[in-house]
Amino acid sequence: MSYYDIYLKYKNLPLEKLFCNISPLDVKTAIEAERQSEFQFLALLSPAAENYLEDMAQRAHDLTLRHFGRTIQLFTPMYLSNYCENQCAYCGFNSRNDIARKRLNLKEVEKEAEFISSTGLRHILILTGESQKESPLRYIKDCVKILKRYFSSISIEVYGLTENEYAQIAAEGVDGLALYQETYDEIIYDRVHKQGPKKDYMFRLDAPERAAKNGIRNVNIGVLLGLNDWRREIFFMGLHAKYLQDKFYDVEIGASVPRLRPHVGDFKIPCVISNRNIAQIIIALRIFLPRLGITISTRESSKLREGLLPLGITRMSAGSSTKVGGHTIESHEGFNVPQFEISDTRNVEEIKAMLAAKGYQPVLKDWERLIPLYIMIIIAIVN
Amino acid sequence: MEDILTIGGREINNRLFIGTGKFSSYELMRNVLECAEPDVITVALRRVDLGSKTENILGYVPKRCIIMPNTSGARNAGEAVRIARLAKASGAGSWIKIEVIQDNKYLLPDNIETLKAVEALVKEGFVALPYMSPDLSIAKRLVDAGAAAIMPLGSPIGSSRGIKTRELVDIMVREIKVPIIVDAGLGRPSDACECMEMGCAGVLVNTAIAIANDPANMAKAFKEAVIAGRAAYLAGLSSTRICAAPSSPLTGFLR
Repeated sequence: MSYYDIYLKYKNLPLEKLFCNISPLDVKTAIEAERQSEFQFLALLSPAAENYLEDMAQRAHDLTLRHFGRTIQLFTPMYLSNYCENQCAYCGFNSRNDIARKRLNLKEVEKEAEFISSTGLRHILILTGESQKESPLRYIKDCVKILKRYFSSISIEVYGLTENEYAQIAAEGVDGLALYQETYDEIIYDRVHKQGPKKDYMFRLDAPERAAKNGIRNVNIGVLLGLNDWRREIFFMGLHAKYLQDKFYDVEIGASVPRLRPHVGDFKIPCVISNRNIAQIIIALRIFLPRLGITISTRESSKLREGLLPLGITRMSAGSSTKVGGHTIESHEGFNVPQFEISDTRNVEEIKAMLAAKGYQPVLKDWERLIPLYIMIIIAIVN
Repeated sequence: MEDILTIGGREINNRLFIGTGKFSSYELMRNVLECAEPDVITVALRRVDLGSKTENILGYVPKRCIIMPNTSGARNAGEAVRIARLAKASGAGSWIKIEVIQDNKYLLPDNIETLKAVEALVKEGFVALPYMSPDLSIAKRLVDAGAAAIMPLGSPIGSSRGIKTRELVDIMVREIKVPIIVDAGLGRPSDACECMEMGCAGVLVNTAIAIANDPANMAKAFKEAVIAGRAAYLAGLSSTRICAAPSSPLTGFLR
């Protein structure tokens, strides 16, 4: 069984009509329910729920505090390579875009790692464009070998891997995965992914599951807001997250809801999503899935990120750059085209200060990679 | 007579144990610990960054506290054992709260893996305090394996639902010879007091203190509730009954 089977169950329902038919009473019941059904999740995402945003926010805040406390986990992305074989209409790394391509060599990876770890961060997310040729699994593994010395948690946001490849990368020391479906709508998916390996909808849809099955302990899914009607997309993403939580109860499931940002290329954003919509999305996800990790991206403005914090956010990036080598070397060379524009450009110290002012503890380390027994013995002998 | 709890050869006066997660800052956590003066605190090894001066949580724990690292993040006995060894190797002492959780939704412990971890770690000289779902037979096996105390949950972590497992914990208090410390789910000082009145040796509280509007005063309230509950237990509570005792008993004619 795959999430696709569940998706099929709902896909042909008249969801737009169902959203519109939700009554105020449905919303109130959904907010107050001990646990929310799929239908109640839908109610929380409905237009009618927009009038109850404050009540929903209170519930979401309470749940977030109970489950995660007054803490926010910090990480930063590190772009390893922007070579890409895909033609995703919305992305700056699109293979048709005439941008300088760059792949960090291992020395540069080390330099970036040294710099990032000097800010105190112990969680890193490494990214590559989708190119098995330019950034093969072997290269990613070599990078991980270096990064392990600097970071206690390493997540990857790269092309979808096979089961065996996820097992290999987990054994190398990767504990987290970010892999976004972008859109659950197969027709839109096919249209915006014009060419390249990412065109395979099913291979991508099942990737989080393959990772969870093969030793990746933290799996993040997401949709790219702006490609399609957000209520529909978030409904399917919420069900996907629930499916993964139910099936892999020892894996931490998280979600991200990035909004389309301007980038190189001429793609027009099809659906506009307001700040109010983003708030409703985060609140509804929190109420439906109280233990879900929710990441807010630096694509959003500092003001919005701060406002959304108490509604359900558990993780945020700090000191972000979406350029290859963006932490230490990009300014010296000419390949400084970002994947997308970031809005919140604050560094780690600034984000930490902001969190402290808002009454949140920035958590820079929340994982411990278990090292093999023989190294333990050496440590014991040395001590 | 002094009422002192002894675990792993250490004397414990304050029966309120405090968890260190979920606080809005390390300074606030330190403030709470200074107010409530716990003898034992627990900290997740996964959160400890020994390499960092300002970000090392252990730097904010008062010297008088016994630091009991926990194995949060372990999904099976093997991982718990490795985390425990890592904690010891990093100088955190030999106390370990064994937490083996496979269930990320409710964070309920896996008793069987917990038992295996206790068996292995006690042999290595650890003072093992397993967090568990209350169950008499498992508790007995944990004691046989050398657990220094047993930590049954009151209700799921962070739920603030109180001592929903009361009947099961009550039986454990009667039957288990090592200290019973209720861990998780206590939302109010009165919940902690109830546990102590039942005869539990202590309670461990984190969320209810950390997310209170005024954590330091909430910690004090828990501390006082624990003292009151313990005093009531020692003083001997009169047994409660559902029916009133009638002044004209029906069987009086038999006297």
